[in-house]
Amino acid sequence: MAALDGNAIAGTLVAVFDTELTNAIGACARCGRRSPVGEFAVYLRGPGTVARCRHCATVVMVIVEAGRVSCVDLQGLEALEPAA
Amino acid sequence: MVEIVEETARTKSIAFELESWFGHRAGQHVDVRLTAEDGYQAQRSYSIASAPEDDNLVLTVERLDDGEVSPYLVDELRPGDRLELRGPIGGYFVWEAALGGPVLLLAGGSGVVPFRSILRHHQAIESTVPLRLLYSARSLEDVIYRQELTGVAAKGAVDIRYTLTREQPEGWQGYRRRIDEELLGEVAWSRSEQPLVYACGPTAFVETAARALVALGHEPGRIRLERFGPTGG
Repeated sequence: MAALDGNAIAGTLVAVFDTELTNAIGACARCGRRSPVGEFAVYLRGPGTVARCRHCATVVMVIVEAGRVSCVDLQGLEALEPAA
Repeated sequence: MVEIVEETARTKSIAFELESWFGHRAGQHVDVRLTAEDGYQAQRSYSIASAPEDDNLVLTVERLDDGEVSPYLVDELRPGDRLELRGPIGGYFVWEAALGGPVLLLAGGSGVVPFRSILRHHQAIESTVPLRLLYSARSLEDVIYRQELTGVAAKGAVDIRYTLTREQPEGWQGYRRRIDEELLGEVAWSRSEQPLVYACGPTAFVETAARALVALGHEPGRIRLERFGPTGG
């Protein structure tokens, strides 16, 4: 399955975090690679949205929207910093 | 919705008059949300094709036969219909004057849509930043905004080049192959000029462009990518 990128979930991220995040820098908890959220490899076809680190493929974000509840798992992120 | 323009056999530009809008930046998108009578919702993200300075918000949508949203937008929507849009969205795949240039835009198929916004914005603010567009399409009939792009190129402010990968008209002077390192070596500004590069298109196109640019010595931090898949719908 071809991955899209973080730009594809910009709207979901705004809905969940109430702020624009594609420019924010995320650091992978496994390999430490820092990259803009817009560059994460994103998979939309599963039951939830999955973002992976482009360097080591670790799952950095999982977002599942169920009705009016959004479940967000960021355990794969060491840090998420707003754009400079 | 106020106006619909057929761009190619599969693609239409749809103009919207907005009830409220906070303005967008060139390269951003909006989410379109459709709600069926039974409450089922489908949502897709579309690049904005109009400049921040334009009167109406324009989306250019390619109809995907197995899509949930695009067939409705392209075939069913009529002037006067109302639609729920959420946006503007995205801050990464954006160009504005403060970012400077020179700017190289690499478009694969309908990946040209956000670049129309950037080209129109560049023109509206009378920017002197050098701008070059390489547009890869299957055939001349698949080129979206053909007339407008020809007009922009004729003014000389922007350098526009095409590569037609599947079918070329007789006497075609442009490129005729898929994007690769050799082609980008010819088209891209040299790395010493530190161009800002935007590539938008299907995942394979964008990945190939990014790899080739890095192989040519371009700094990854100056390359911004936006991939869309066949799953766009």
